[in-house]
Amino acid sequence: MLHALFLVPLLPFAGFVVLALFGRRLSHTGVAVVGAGSVGLAALVAIAVSIDFIAHPPAGHAFDQALWTWFSVASLKVQVALYLDPLAICFILIVTCVGFLIHLYSVEHMGEDDGYARFFAYMNLFVGFMLVLVLADNLLLLYLGWEGVGLCSYLLIGFWFKHWYNGYAARKAFVVTRIGDTAMIVGLFLLFTQLGTLQIQPLMARAAAAWPQGSALAVAAALLLLGGAVGKSAQLPLQTWLPDAMAGPSPVSALIHAATMVTAGVYLIARTNVLFDLAPAARTTVAVIGAATLLYAGVSALFQVDLKRILAYSTVSQVGYMFLALGVGAWSAGVFMFITHAFFKALLFLSAGVVIDALEDEHDIFKMGGLRTRLPLAFWTFLIGAAALAALPVVTAGFYSKDLIIDRALQSTEGGVWLWTAALVGSLLTGLYAFRAVFVVFFGEAHSDPRLDFHAGWAVRLPLYVLAALAVIGGLIDIPRGWAHVQKLDDFLAPVLPPAPLRHGGLAGAVWTTFLPGVVALAGIGLAWLLYERRRQEAAEADTSAAARYFLGGWGFDVLYRYAFEVPYLWFAHVSRNDLFEPPVAGLARLIRAGWRGLSATQDGLVRRYLYVIGLGVGVGILLVVLR
Amino acid sequence: MTVVFYIAGAVALISTLLVITRRNTIHALLLLVISLLAVAVVFYTLGAPFVAALEVIVYAGAIVVLFLFTVMLLNVGRLAEGDEPGRLRGVHFLAPGILAGTLLVLLAIAIASGPSAQVGARAVGPTEVGAALYGPYAIGVELASTLLLAALIGARHLGQRQREAGFADAVSLAATPATTGPAGEPPAELAPVGAPTAGDETPPDAPGGDEPAPAEPSVRFWRKDGD
Amino acid sequence: MAHVPFEYGLYLAAALFLIGLVGVLVRRNLIFVLASIEIMLNAAGLAFVVAGSRWGHADGQIMFIFILSMAAAEVAVGLALALLFRRAFGSLDVDAASRMRG
Repeated sequence: MLHALFLVPLLPFAGFVVLALFGRRLSHTGVAVVGAGSVGLAALVAIAVSIDFIAHPPAGHAFDQALWTWFSVASLKVQVALYLDPLAICFILIVTCVGFLIHLYSVEHMGEDDGYARFFAYMNLFVGFMLVLVLADNLLLLYLGWEGVGLCSYLLIGFWFKHWYNGYAARKAFVVTRIGDTAMIVGLFLLFTQLGTLQIQPLMARAAAAWPQGSALAVAAALLLLGGAVGKSAQLPLQTWLPDAMAGPSPVSALIHAATMVTAGVYLIARTNVLFDLAPAARTTVAVIGAATLLYAGVSALFQVDLKRILAYSTVSQVGYMFLALGVGAWSAGVFMFITHAFFKALLFLSAGVVIDALEDEHDIFKMGGLRTRLPLAFWTFLIGAAALAALPVVTAGFYSKDLIIDRALQSTEGGVWLWTAALVGSLLTGLYAFRAVFVVFFGEAHSDPRLDFHAGWAVRLPLYVLAALAVIGGLIDIPRGWAHVQKLDDFLAPVLPPAPLRHGGLAGAVWTTFLPGVVALAGIGLAWLLYERRRQEAAEADTSAAARYFLGGWGFDVLYRYAFEVPYLWFAHVSRNDLFEPPVAGLARLIRAGWRGLSATQDGLVRRYLYVIGLGVGVGILLVVLR
Repeated sequence: MTVVFYIAGAVALISTLLVITRRNTIHALLLLVISLLAVAVVFYTLGAPFVAALEVIVYAGAIVVLFLFTVMLLNVGRLAEGDEPGRLRGVHFLAPGILAGTLLVLLAIAIASGPSAQVGARAVGPTEVGAALYGPYAIGVELASTLLLAALIGARHLGQRQREAGFADAVSLAATPATTGPAGEPPAELAPVGAPTAGDETPPDAPGGDEPAPAEPSVRFWRKDGD
Repeated sequence: MAHVPFEYGLYLAAALFLIGLVGVLVRRNLIFVLASIEIMLNAAGLAFVVAGSRWGHADGQIMFIFILSMAAAEVAVGLALALLFRRAFGSLDVDAASRMRG
């Protein structure tokens, strides 16, 4: 059964090809069947493969399937080969299953769109590339998937390309992630030239053998790879593209910008954890970036007015948590967070999609309100998602994963009090902004009415129900210490991801710290209730103070980048628009033309002048004769 | 003789200088005659009596006369168009004068750098010249005569009053309508029909050149289509 | 015959030639231009005759005869052209005939 692994990426690609070539000729149902069906089939194959893997683990807990040789040049031989291990299994299951649910949702949600076939074609292409990314055996194939998902992200953000803003948002996403990609490819060059291979497992082994702990090369390579991860996962300082990427349809935001693509950076770091372990400086950087980003995004989300932007900044913040986990050495906690985040963030985006669709494309939360009774489906699913996001204790999956990270931030030898405090503050903020959204959108006075013909069919309901269920129970695979000792995920991932180094005693050992995350989450929710449910007046409209506008604009990063990069570049382009080589060439032309004019002037038709010149010539001739 | 040489030379120089600076054309041409006569004297002193005579007869006696005729025909005289008083002032002589001066210096250097010799002792008379002309230089004589013929024809043609059909007039009295044109026409001297108008300025008598005349010419020197 | 170094004859010829050259360059009336050209031709002929008499041959004189006939031919044609010139341009100013420019 393991040999069917290649089908997992192949099926979505096949779906893309069929839809790209014949999409316009297929019927509506046909497109839906091909589009959602290909990913569904891939999910089934992935589940089957995973069951086979878990039941009969192959030698070394890894299965390698080489398909063909991509190219072979000098000492570099790159194969298209798939590598399956527990980490990859986690990712492919999430990508295909959550992907399938989102595709199912889109069947109905995008039903009236003109580009129906195009949408599914791009979505399938995306799923295919994402699977290539997580199943890649070597870094170059991974980079192929990396670039592929970037392309599909561009295509899907700018899906409604006729409006200029969507194209702009798509380009912005592409360009900013490009910066990260460039760092990453330089990292690949470095790794290849130093260690001679790009296949991940041999590469890690060689790195561990050749580079001592903390060597400069390891740090450099790790930081470069981190650069790529930062770009793709929208962390500081390359996070500016994600809020604008909400210009795409809601399923796109759910799949790409919540559940999967933005976690590609997490995957990369987890995959190359050996390298990061060799470079403590880089690993600390990962943690610091994660902590800073989660605070930054949490504050920004608090002041957002667009429902999807709140969720976008929330994604940035939660991925920051994942980075924090990776940075302190809690590798499997980061992966755990990825899994639960996929569930509840997709849920949130899909229910937000329902709200936006029902209100005829209204995004402003202050024009919503009172939807609790009018859109019960959206209300309950959004509530469950928000609860999971805020890590409501015990009953949500988010609680288990996030609290694990907060714990590890304190316990790990790489962590510390500051990171722990940052994570706690972030948790408070999360609860605050999540439930701000809930209270403003679903409670209080209604400012808009849902359209009368709105009806959510089973294709929309089923994914929402499934994701809601997963958001509740999905966390039970890893329960934090002190309660029960269930560590299913940790154990599963152990062959790939080393356990977090823990210290004992001191603050880390104190039992009361295990309850703190839950308390903080509840405090955040309570604060939101106070501010937004109780004090109606302030909740009625958006805050327009200068500080609020600053945070609304993402702490002015866009403005900063504009003045730091765009303006100088454009100035330089403007100044050098007569390119450097033009003046000499044009000058030469002008010189020749001047010479022509001069010579032409001598042809003035006056015979006497000609004679004069002849006389001069004769004089020169005689002179030559005389001088001889 | 030596003294004569120097005097004649001086006269030639002075009169030539005066030629180019006169405003009145007739005066200039008469001074030119003086210059040419002086040069003829120089020829004689150098022992070339034949060419001295030729200089007087041909150069001064025919060429300058031709000039005079043209001047009188065109009524140039005092009017000397283009050479208004303002234009003959000294400044205009400056640049050419410098050029001429430089060339003179160079030529003088060139001349002086060769070996020096005296002018030959004996005079070379017409007999010798004639013998040489009809001997080794016979071909030159032929070519010179051809040249003169060409000049004659050219001058006659150029001097004609403008007309549309040119030579065709002379034969167009009985010419056929389509084929005639100035190109390829036999020279006017050989035109059989109609009086060849030898003078430069006589107006044409032909009745409106290009009108088709029905009759065939009695003599034709050209081929017609169908022959 | 005169006992002069023949270079003096050549000097005279050169001087006359250059005077003719100056005349061509300075005067703008076509008749004067042609007259100056005649002066130049005459000077050239003088040079030939001087050379011929230096060696005592007839060749110099023969060259002079050829030059003379050429000068005559040239004058004939040139004056005919002067007539046409007058007709075409209305005056005898050579500077008026400057359409072949550029």
